[in-house]
Amino acid sequence: MHQDNRGSAVNGSLHIDWTKCDGRGLCTELLPNLLVRDDWGYPIPRRAQAGSGSRGEVAISPNNEEAAREAVSLCPKLALSLRYPRERF
Amino acid sequence: MTPSTTDPTTVLPQVRPALPAAGTDRLFLAGSHAGHAQHLAAYGPLDTGTVGPEFTTVVEASGLSGRGGAAFASWRKLAATAGSGNAGLLARRPVVIANGAEGEPLSLKDRTLLIHAPHLVLDGLLVAARAVQASQAYVYTTAENLASVQSAVTERRDARHVRLAEATDAFISGEASAAVNSISGGPALPLDKRRRLSDTGLKGRPTLVLNVETLAHLGLLARYGAGWFRSAGSVRDPGTRLVTVTGHGPEQVLEVAGDASLHGILGSAGISPEELSAVLIGGYHGRWVRPLDYHLSPSGPSHAVVRPGAGVIYTLHPEQCGLAATAQITEYLAVQSAGQCGPCMFGLPAMADVLNRLAYGERNPRLVRELERLAKMVSGRGACHHPDGTIQLVSSALETFSQDVKAHLAGRCTRTTGGAR
Repeated sequence: MHQDNRGSAVNGSLHIDWTKCDGRGLCTELLPNLLVRDDWGYPIPRRAQAGSGSRGEVAISPNNEEAAREAVSLCPKLALSLRYPRERF
Repeated sequence: MTPSTTDPTTVLPQVRPALPAAGTDRLFLAGSHAGHAQHLAAYGPLDTGTVGPEFTTVVEASGLSGRGGAAFASWRKLAATAGSGNAGLLARRPVVIANGAEGEPLSLKDRTLLIHAPHLVLDGLLVAARAVQASQAYVYTTAENLASVQSAVTERRDARHVRLAEATDAFISGEASAAVNSISGGPALPLDKRRRLSDTGLKGRPTLVLNVETLAHLGLLARYGAGWFRSAGSVRDPGTRLVTVTGHGPEQVLEVAGDASLHGILGSAGISPEELSAVLIGGYHGRWVRPLDYHLSPSGPSHAVVRPGAGVIYTLHPEQCGLAATAQITEYLAVQSAGQCGPCMFGLPAMADVLNRLAYGERNPRLVRELERLAKMVSGRGACHHPDGTIQLVSSALETFSQDVKAHLAGRCTRTTGGAR
């Protein structure tokens, strides 16, 4: 758990590993505010993490953090992970 | 350049060899199939053992950018790799990889370099390895180039530890993480980018992957310095670069100044722009432009500058249909998808299908909007740049061939071969 990151959870993001994702759709059901499905069932972020230049980084707010954790642990392909800015370097 | 006949014992170790003449002929001064003796005669000696981490500041001062396609600032890669090599409790010595996979089907420049100037690439590889304190160095290239590299390696004592790794002949085999994956015994497929290669790459070691042409420039930088490097090119694009001119006319590899004008390059290749309807610059992930006088530079406004990418300049004859050509390339790129990431695996064939319908006579005004919708959906969603590069190609085709699109939707093609019936 990121005890020391409580205040900055706002800046966390959900990382989608596209090489693992199989478009099962669990994450899009758990996070309907953040994710929609494309033509083939793969998740599309409604809004990408600012500055990441990639739509595999989905910005999460504290409101969504619980559901995001659930999506990470329930994804059958283990394609999701949570990242915090300090982990990026 | 003529070789010096000075007694080596009287030469001061700090003395640099005479600078090659100013101009854009740099990488092939040692001639065809240059062996080590011709190489040394042309460029003078280089004691790679004296190079240390401070070399990164020379690279920064030179402004050298990567010549493999992405044009990333080379010094930043060096600094990041050296930094993570020193960081942490379990510091691990980095790995340097000379990337000569050259997956771009139209590109010939890396092969030309590895065949004719392999020692310059090895110089750069050894210098880069010293700069980041690497313990391992690889040359990664396709089977056809391995013999030339192998014979160069055996010709010199300082390259004995350099290992060779064969790259498969596929479009994405040169993607940096695919190169790492392949060398470590896996398939040549890109990896998810949660971690950077400069942090953890080959066998978990900090890994520096540089294009072979980038390394050749490093070999010269170590000898002659940043000021000399900047004596060709411009402030925003210093140095020289290799380009492959292909398509209409014989294919050729040219060394041109950074920020060179497209008309100047075509002129050197014996092609007049008036003979062409369009030019694809960069490679299959590149950008179609009208043969106006753009400059080739990694930075600058898009109305005046085209990014050189991997240096491919594909010329389109007025009798060829640009939409048909783009459909064919997109179909190839779709097949070359590694099939790992859903949006790329499904999105690229879908885009190729719509383009084919547009190119070969379906008069459906919704086709363009459908292409744009697919592009928007797929972009930014993959482990590597493959889907985004393909989208750039397709978007530039819709823009550059907009008149052709109108003609096709009206049931005719403005060209005499290919395209709508």
